[in-house]
Amino acid sequence: MDDFIVRAALAAVGTAVGAGLLGCFVVWRRMAYFGDATAHAAILGVAVALGLSISVFAGVLGVALLMALLIYALSGRTFGADTVLGVLAHGALALGLVAVALLPGVRVDLDSYLFGDVLTVSRSDLAVIWAGAALIGAVLWWNWSALLTATLNPDLAHAAGIDPRRQQLVLTLLLAAVVAVSIKVVGALLMTALLVIPAAAARGLARTPEAMALLAMGIGAGSALGGVWLALWLDTPVGPSIVCIAAAIFALVTLARALGGKLV
Amino acid sequence: MPGLQCSRMSLLAATAVTVRFGGQHVLQNVSMSIAQGEIVTIVGPNGSGKSTLLRVLIGALAPVGGAVQRKAGLRIGYVPQRLHIDPTLPLTVRRFLDLPRRVGQADAQAALAQVGLAGMEGQQMTNLSGGQFQRVLLARAVLGKPDILMLDEPTQGLDQPGSAGFYRQIEEVRNRLGCAVLMVSHELHVVMAASDRVICLNGHVCCEGTPEVVRAAPAYRELFGTGTGGALALYRHEHDHDHDHSAAPAPGPAGGAENRPEHGHHHDHHHGHDHGHHHQHHHAAAGAGRAPVHKAAE
Repeated sequence: MDDFIVRAALAAVGTAVGAGLLGCFVVWRRMAYFGDATAHAAILGVAVALGLSISVFAGVLGVALLMALLIYALSGRTFGADTVLGVLAHGALALGLVAVALLPGVRVDLDSYLFGDVLTVSRSDLAVIWAGAALIGAVLWWNWSALLTATLNPDLAHAAGIDPRRQQLVLTLLLAAVVAVSIKVVGALLMTALLVIPAAAARGLARTPEAMALLAMGIGAGSALGGVWLALWLDTPVGPSIVCIAAAIFALVTLARALGGKLV
Repeated sequence: MPGLQCSRMSLLAATAVTVRFGGQHVLQNVSMSIAQGEIVTIVGPNGSGKSTLLRVLIGALAPVGGAVQRKAGLRIGYVPQRLHIDPTLPLTVRRFLDLPRRVGQADAQAALAQVGLAGMEGQQMTNLSGGQFQRVLLARAVLGKPDILMLDEPTQGLDQPGSAGFYRQIEEVRNRLGCAVLMVSHELHVVMAASDRVICLNGHVCCEGTPEVVRAAPAYRELFGTGTGGALALYRHEHDHDHDHSAAPAPGPAGGAENRPEHGHHHDHHHGHDHGHHHQHHHAAAGAGRAPVHKAAE
């Protein structure tokens, strides 16, 4: 097997595992729109990175962090959260697209940032992706019980001496990290899918939060491998192929449960 | 408010707590404290700030004025009014008991058995009935070996036998652990028997005293007889009556004098408390003294 295919598979699996794990909290806390807004800001990050001639990871991470912190600050107030997030998500995407177009003397293949281009990842990209996934895993492991308590009920957390706002901040920062990690794999537009779909598919099969998290990581990894294989076989873009496989797994699980439920 | 201090060490105390939501006073100058092993119930009509006060006490809400003092290292067992579990979150009873800290298998089994739910470990939280759910919340709160158990309308949605049973379990827990219990409730008639002290809240502390004092009020029958209507009538009355806790024996109409003997009488029946509550008795009594108004209306 060619080197670039192995690298692509490893990059896709690393991204999907990190996103699948974090995605459980995105699903439990109904933060999908939050994820969208942070992910869409990645295009602006790409423009910044190209404009300043710094690494795309650094540019995307910086802008995603700023966006995530902005949403975090706003989420404490009594805005219509959906509306504000909608404005931020699409405003950031549009601004990013305009900024890329305005870059002097640069011809950018926007598709690779919108939908990912995993077949071009380098060894150092791979290191960044797996380091990011490891960071997400470590922080979640460390904070697991506090995060889960705060997710269940903020007052329950307060009574136990846990600050739910701090837990929200931890998730916010991790979301920015996952965006930076996945920009080359699935791109800005499909990032939320990688967060939400494996977790949603795992829900139907799990009885505890931990089981759901492990299953989401597994389903993410399976979708990543399946997607790379599908892309090579059908000569389709890898990012969308990964998401297609994940969505198919979700559909199968949902269908199986619906049929099983009828039999019982 | 020296009158609120207890001789036993206070676990948790609020001093002149004021909370505003959007310019509207939800709590104004509320002071209260709770001592070790005491069962205190906060009663009041809807929107009287009962839940808000509890949220201030657990630290979920910062008051704009006043302060909350907690004993160092105070362990709070909190039972929220409602706990919505998102359907996307799979959670067994056993796993829920482990939040936020893991507990031993034997402890978990014993805690479930104590609330009458032995063997329910594997059930999904979302599949429990309302009564079972509340009892699991209680079991979880108790597993943390709390110094104080705080319950916000814990029996909402339970039928009469269900809530009576629930309050019996709370009393059992108190007797076993020796922890203090602070409850918010609108079911005065059920709660009364188990409470050492009742605080009537309506944005401010309307009156505070032993259940005996409240029971002595002529309006008490009304409270029982007409259910919520009666209860609200009592509270509204208390609210309208602008009483001052620092005031000496109510200078009020005949009511104040009329009730003084009653006060003394009922104080005899009350052993758990000391002289700190004298004036609160008067307030309750003063409220009672005006109750004939309600009677006339009846």
